[in-house]
Amino acid sequence: MTLRTYVRPTAGWWRRNGHYRAYMVREASSVFVTAYALVLLVGLARLAQGRVPFEAWRAALATPWALGFHVVALGFFVCHAWTWFAVMPKTLPFIRVGGRRVSDDGIVAAGACAAVAASLVLFLAVWWTRP
Amino acid sequence: MKRSNKPIFWSLFGAGGMLAALVGPMLVLITGLLVPLGLVLPQSTMSYDRMYAFAQNGFGKAALLVVISLFLFHGCHRMYHCLQDVGIHVGPGLKAVFHGFAIAGTVAAMLILVAIGWAG
Repeated sequence: MTLRTYVRPTAGWWRRNGHYRAYMVREASSVFVTAYALVLLVGLARLAQGRVPFEAWRAALATPWALGFHVVALGFFVCHAWTWFAVMPKTLPFIRVGGRRVSDDGIVAAGACAAVAASLVLFLAVWWTRP
Repeated sequence: MKRSNKPIFWSLFGAGGMLAALVGPMLVLITGLLVPLGLVLPQSTMSYDRMYAFAQNGFGKAALLVVISLFLFHGCHRMYHCLQDVGIHVGPGLKAVFHGFAIAGTVAAMLILVAIGWAG
């Protein structure tokens, strides 16, 4: 006879309150980060296979399903970025500038500014070199 | 005592998370929406010839590898740690599956980039 221990049911626990739901949305971003990496990896593989397979991959990106995926993925990436910087005061060691500890708000603001600047540089690099 | 591999995977998770936070939204916007729709940026931005030249270039190779690999390591590590939250009991086997997936994707990207070769 096998010993049957009681396992407390945990299904749907995150529906109990808003903090749990926010946690699950934040963590769900990892699914979209992984999926986006796979979209790029498939594109890279198609690129190596030749012109026709790569054009098929590009055509697939313009389908409603792919566009819908990227709209949702964009939302999760923004959520990831925001929450990533929001916890940075806790994940980084104390930073001192001129003998004073940088405030939590300062760290979050610096992270958000860095993201805006990096995104702007990326966009302008693509824009200036566009065909 | 066997040394833990935790710091390695945690660092890759952190690096991927930082990269995804800094440029992730803009990358998705450019490659997934603006270029496929031809909005603001022309569709030919990601033409075969341009992308092939990008993948033959050292900087392009590094950018593609870093984005694909770190996003995979970040996502897989985080998904693994979420399994318990959705009621899946985890162990070394599942951990190996998730980290192995990121390693396999990285190796695949490296092999493809080597196969594409260098210009000239």
